[in-house]
Parts: sequence; C-alpha cells; structure tokens
Amino acid sequence: MKELSLNILDIAQNSVKANASLIGISIDETDDVLSFKITDNGKGMTADFLSRVTDPFTTTRTTRKVGLGLPFLKMEAEMTGGSFSIKSKSETEYKEHGTEVFASFNKKSIDYIPLGDIIGTLCALVQGAENTDFIFNHKMPHGEVFLSTKEMRELLGDVPLGSPEVISWVREYLSEAYSAACAVD
Amino acid sequence: MKSLAELAAIRDKMKNKVALREESGETRIVVGMATCGIAAGARPVLSTFVEEVDKAGLNGSVAVTQTGCIGLCRYEPIVEVLRAGEEKVTYIKMTPEKALEVMEKHIKGGKPVVEYTIGNIEK
Repeated sequence: MKELSLNILDIAQNSVKANASLIGISIDETDDVLSFKITDNGKGMTADFLSRVTDPFTTTRTTRKVGLGLPFLKMEAEMTGGSFSIKSKSETEYKEHGTEVFASFNKKSIDYIPLGDIIGTLCALVQGAENTDFIFNHKMPHGEVFLSTKEMRELLGDVPLGSPEVISWVREYLSEAYSAACAVD
Repeated sequence: MKSLAELAAIRDKMKNKVALREESGETRIVVGMATCGIAAGARPVLSTFVEEVDKAGLNGSVAVTQTGCIGLCRYEPIVEVLRAGEEKVTYIKMTPEKALEVMEKHIKGGKPVVEYTIGNIEK
C-alpha cells in the first residue's frame, strides 16, 4: 500500500465484513512514532484461524487463495522497526467478541510509509457501511481530531449516513479539524 | 467553522427529498473496495463518484455503493454501472479522471464509455 491510511481502510473493511456494529479507529502520533489500533465488536476469529491470519495463504476470500491485507500491514510496520499485533475473540466461544489490530511505526525509518489521505479513508468507510458506527480519534503532538458517527446519526435522524451530502460534510469537517489541530506547529 | 449542528440542517433540507429517494435505484455505481481494489487506487475513484453525484444533485436517482473482491484483481479498480433495463457495464483500471468521464457520458449522458470497459480489453 502507498499510504498507511489505505491499510487502515483495508483492515476496517474486515471489521465491517465481520458484522461489527461499532468500529474504533484511534491513531496516536508523536514526533517519532505513529501507532494505530482498530477495534471492533464483530464476530471475531477462532484461535486456530488467528494463528494463521498473517500468512498470505490464509484468506476468507472465495475468489482466490491469497489474502494480503494483514501480511502487508505486519511487514510494513516491522520494516520500520515497529510492531504488529492482533487479538481476537470468536463469537463461537465468547459472549463479548471482536478483534483488535494494532500496528506501530517508527517515523524516522526510511521504510516508513506516510499516513496519507486519512480523510479519504474515513469518508469511504462512512459511505460504505450504513449499519456500522465509527469512533475515530487521532492524537497528534499539538492537537486532536475526533469524529463519532453515533453523534452524527442522532442529528441526522432518518437521513442515511452514507448520503453524498453527509459525506461532503464529513470531508469538510475533518479538513477543518486537521487544519486546526496542525496549526500550532 | 463546520459544526455538528449543520447535520440537522442537512436533515431538514432532505426531508422533502426522502420520498424521491425511496423510489430511486434507477442507477447504481458499484466500486470494488477489497484489498486489491484499495491497493490499486479505488479510494479516490469512489470519492470522485460520491462527490460528483452530490455536485450534480443526482442523490435521489444514483446510488454509489461498495463491494468486495470479484476475482478480477488484475483489472482493479473496477467499477460496475447498473441502470434499470440495461445490461451491466464493467469499467476496469479506473482513475478519478476516467470516473469524471464516466459520470458525464454514461451516468448523465446515457452512453457507456466503451474504451474503459472490460469488453474492450478481453476481446
């Protein structure tokens, strides 16, 4: 992937497919390290599947025998000297189930891939998952950006979250929030 | 400064449009958003369609949706256009620029851009 935000989009799409009703995306950034955690309350994975999940030849795809999303992310994090972890509880074994993916990156590494268009990622997620809520926050050295689709839904009433008008609002809202959060630098 | 309160304004503005939306579905634009699509550049293609549909005021009649991998990863980003009563058109190797052209000629004009379709390649 050319941007870490594309990995975030890819991993969060797995959460959507796991029938999560709530997905948390939090990015924590200092001058040296960027880490993110994606948590969901979806159906989770069994311990057996979890142990094979970063193997490219493990996939839920039905169209091909290769799945590259998680292996890519793990490699990209480890190449920078960062770390990767995944935890999951399957709905078949636990009442409180879901998955947590964590990755950290050393920003000073030559192999560090920039975060890129995180606003584009959030717009794509909100646009595509009518039955899923997202809680996003991004902590930066001088500010923070936050978005909750739960809060948005309360105000929108019957209007679908994925309406183009609403997505335009999300794009502008986040652009302004990022300008404000980065302005102190 | 943008505020959450503006969402309430969007809701009020759209109240009278909801009826229209319910009988919509004449046109559907489906963008492949699995790992293969995302890695190939599907995100800006999707956002171009969403923005252009909003700009053109076609929210009631054109729906933009996302789908997973359809097994043609080498042709991603793939976009399918479904129009009531017409055969499905599959566009391959899409870019935001091509998306603008499809928007103008196919979605608004009714004529598929044959050049970008899978049929044009797999002949």
